[in-house]
Amino acid sequence: MSLDKATVARIATLARIKVADADLDRMAGELQTIMSWIEQLNEVDTKGVEPMTSAVEVTLPQREDVVNDGGYADRILANAREPVMQGEGGFFTVPKVVE
Amino acid sequence: MAALTDLTIAEAREGLRKKSFSAKELARAHVAAIEKARSLNAFITETPERALADAEASDARLAKGEARPLEGIPLAIKDLFCTNGILTTAASHILDGFKPPYESTVTANLWNAGAVLLGKTNLDEFAMGSSNMTSYYGPVKNPWRRPGDNRPLVPGGSSGGSAAAVAARVAMGATGTDTGGSIRQPAGFCGIVGLKPTYGRCSRWGIVAFASSLDQAGPMTRSVRDAAIMLRAMAGHDPKDSTSVPRPVPDYEKALTGEVRGLKFGIPKEYRIDGMAPEIEKLWQQGIAWMKTAGAEPVEISLPHTKYALPAYYIIAPAEASSNLARYDGVRFGLRVPGNSLDEMYENTRAEGFGAEVRRRVLIGTYVLSAGYYDAYYLKAQRVRALIARDFTEAYKKCDVILTPTAPSGAFAIGEKADDPIAMYLNDVFTVTVNLSGLPGISVPAGLTDDGLPLGLQLIGRAFDEETLFRAAGVLESAAKFTAKPPGV
Amino acid sequence: MLIEGKTGTWEMVIGLEVHAQVISEAKLFSGAPTAFGAEPNTQVSYVDAAFPGMLPVINRKCVEQAVRTGLGINGRINEVSVFDRKNYFYADLPAGYQISQYTRPIVSNGKLTIELEDGSTKDIGITRLHMEQDAGKSLHDQHATKTYVDLNRAGVALMEIVSEPDIRSPEEAGAYLRKLRSILRYLGTCDGNMEEGSMRCDANVSVRKQGSREFGTRCEIKNVNSVRFVMQAIEYEARRQVELIEDGGTVVQETRLFDSGRGVTRSMRSKEHAHDYRYFPDPDLLPLVLDPNWVSEIRVSMPELPDAKKTRFMRDFKLSAKDAGILVAEKENAAFFEEVAKGRKDPKLAANWVVGELFGMLNREGKDIQQSPVSAKSLAGLLDLIENNTISGRIAKDVFALMVETGKDAATIVEEKGLKQVTDTGAIEAAVDKVIAENAAKVSDYRSGKQAIFGWFVGQVMKATQGKANPALVNELLKKKLAG
Ligand SMILES: [Mg+2]
Ligand SMILES: [Zn+2]
Repeated sequence: MSLDKATVARIATLARIKVADADLDRMAGELQTIMSWIEQLNEVDTKGVEPMTSAVEVTLPQREDVVNDGGYADRILANAREPVMQGEGGFFTVPKVVE
Repeated sequence: MAALTDLTIAEAREGLRKKSFSAKELARAHVAAIEKARSLNAFITETPERALADAEASDARLAKGEARPLEGIPLAIKDLFCTNGILTTAASHILDGFKPPYESTVTANLWNAGAVLLGKTNLDEFAMGSSNMTSYYGPVKNPWRRPGDNRPLVPGGSSGGSAAAVAARVAMGATGTDTGGSIRQPAGFCGIVGLKPTYGRCSRWGIVAFASSLDQAGPMTRSVRDAAIMLRAMAGHDPKDSTSVPRPVPDYEKALTGEVRGLKFGIPKEYRIDGMAPEIEKLWQQGIAWMKTAGAEPVEISLPHTKYALPAYYIIAPAEASSNLARYDGVRFGLRVPGNSLDEMYENTRAEGFGAEVRRRVLIGTYVLSAGYYDAYYLKAQRVRALIARDFTEAYKKCDVILTPTAPSGAFAIGEKADDPIAMYLNDVFTVTVNLSGLPGISVPAGLTDDGLPLGLQLIGRAFDEETLFRAAGVLESAAKFTAKPPGV
Repeated sequence: MLIEGKTGTWEMVIGLEVHAQVISEAKLFSGAPTAFGAEPNTQVSYVDAAFPGMLPVINRKCVEQAVRTGLGINGRINEVSVFDRKNYFYADLPAGYQISQYTRPIVSNGKLTIELEDGSTKDIGITRLHMEQDAGKSLHDQHATKTYVDLNRAGVALMEIVSEPDIRSPEEAGAYLRKLRSILRYLGTCDGNMEEGSMRCDANVSVRKQGSREFGTRCEIKNVNSVRFVMQAIEYEARRQVELIEDGGTVVQETRLFDSGRGVTRSMRSKEHAHDYRYFPDPDLLPLVLDPNWVSEIRVSMPELPDAKKTRFMRDFKLSAKDAGILVAEKENAAFFEEVAKGRKDPKLAANWVVGELFGMLNREGKDIQQSPVSAKSLAGLLDLIENNTISGRIAKDVFALMVETGKDAATIVEEKGLKQVTDTGAIEAAVDKVIAENAAKVSDYRSGKQAIFGWFVGQVMKATQGKANPALVNELLKKKLAG
């Protein structure tokens, strides 16, 4: 399975990381090297083996339905870029999205 | 009496209780040491005022005889832990100016135990690296040097700043995080003790996530006892972390009995990898001898899937990271690079905000999760992970702990291996299996390379059996009598 | 419903995806409140805003609501279900992923029975119900060059309920949505308010030649905010596809928006660039394992649902399927009816009055049952007066009008207005005799066989008694006396 320029461009878009066309080839090379090193996993027979998604054996803990958080828009917005601070509305902002 | 900065945490605890010196004096000594050691670039943020304020509060408690377990002990915190109101960067450009309005559970536990904050230490960007060369804030220098060779060496990574700070005697202890070896490998490179607890032992809440199913916080100290003291304060169940395990935290110091007679320690044959430096093999044999002399019994064990741990790790960790790092989008915190559309803003911000290694791993993670590859890569890796965990389960039918080298080499020069990701990844070949199976592991400084650089031995324990791990590590420590110090310290 | 095209008869194939906002105090994975209409970003925790190091912890109530709903739609409750991350970038999705359930939902294989106009019923299969987080809100109209983002809704629990492509007409789609909404409201797991967006519907529509087995290419119509619009959107979209195909075009799989103003669907270009959600199990969460005992506790605490109630109403109150159906659609209406009908010898009368007079009145007044000016108790009072012949059904209608107007109870009004029915035979007999005496000609007509004018005599007597005479008695006496 080879990681070509087009694939790198596609995953870069999925990951929202700008990659200049000039860099696509180098990137593809780098990633391909790593992926072919990873291919050795195919030597392992994993028939009938359940995928391991977590190292802990406890089951999912559940919280009670109690409101004990929120109510601090000022702190939520304090680190934001170009926010509309509380009082003027209290919003995060992004470049206009056209739908 | 030795310089204040030379004391272990246990010794300082004594001295403070005996009023041989004050917490403030202790803090001042370390603040001064940090300034002198700036060339190491171990810290991203120093917090001297906070340190002195904390120390003052500790002196007040000490005076009232209300000392807590870490009262007045100056610690450094890996800059991956969110600290309330203090810049937290993960060594990434993308978190520019981020001041969390909250405190991570582990650091909160430390402050509640009376510890004093010296500052936030440097690391590989988002903890992705084994050399500390991927930090946006520049590489950390290992306080150790090859005799007659001034080329700066890497401290290891990703917790390189923490390791360097503790080794250079500018912090009594430090927190690290370990996703594939990021506590144990730098501990080995810097000649200190580093422990990765069982997954679920320490809360991950408030720690910038790299790979959620592998990340675990742990102590980095100059003695096994210090690690025991620190871990007891750091650990504990946290209802805010669904993967944190509700088990009582034992008094780990009590485990340091020096007694290992009859203890079975496993020697995995698969850890003799080709190309491993003879001095590593020599040290390993030395470790086996020490344990035997102490009355422990070596057992040959097999961990057949060891070879596949790294490739599996380099699917699982990037996959989780590609998703964990999606929140760095220039909207709610950190860097924003403008763009004409929402997607352009995202792409510009993330291209400029993430360094080369982080971009590489996010792309790999995105790739292995993407349509058509998920089964071939991600599921395959999770199945291999299950087999690796099974290897350990089998092994622990024959032994109580496992003894291995920490890393296949000692510290290397800054710049070496930089151009070869896979060579770099191989640093973690002995440590990564432990993360994949969620087990506890500790690196103990055990000797020096032929050119005088520290080497560590790793002990791996059963899940939630940190006590046996400490017991064996204590024995290894006293046998190894590692007293060497970095030049000029 | 079939579409007659130029080339033949077409059948529509419809599947509905409903997003139902769970009724709970706190969000699915955080302790922030869910209440509607608060100031922007005031109901947001660091978890909801995906700050570094924040972790999800699931809300037990939301799980219970999903299980309750699963039982309500006759689904299989899966003892183990898994939360996955659905990865995509959008302004209102702070983490860059939505926590959802992909391969292992909490509920599968449900079904729901719908009633159609012609009285027939049909089962619609429900593939799955899974839990997931709601997104925040993007406001595009606040600024010339910026979109504003409010995360108050981000992280609120949703149930995504996905039907099988069993639906064949807008009518069936409407019936399915109304039935589902009715069940959610009975269960108290979602308020079902489509206008406020607490219940949202996406419709997958395709067409195929009648009798064909394979499916055509489908289009997904997003977020249509009323049952009526869903029905309109489906009909428009199906006809669009038929025309397109018959004019030699092909349907492209895409997301379309319904323009309720113009009653048309249009392609939603912004959503078109291909998605690859890269689902994988959320490593911050462990598999959700349900305790079977807890599930059976929920099972026994289930309220009577519309279907069961309808059957009971038909059995115990001898109601028609139609009336029973109308009465159980909203549980408040059903409760009102039961209070009026209980212990009554003629519950059918109660049904007629609730469905006819009461609902008619509420419609005119634009009120729902909770705001009814006539309580169940006082309507029962009115019906008592009819049943014990204190007033006739005709007078009762006037009394009801006065009850709505004055809020007084029936008995009082009947007293004040002296509307009591005359049942004293003497008085009625006098009136009858008077009518007979004054109309000798008509009487002889009747006696010579013109029985048809009997009604006219009744009318005269009622007039003479201002309608208060008991009709039965009037008939009886007239018959006797006219027979001579
Ligand atoms: Mg959907
Ligand atoms: Zn959904």
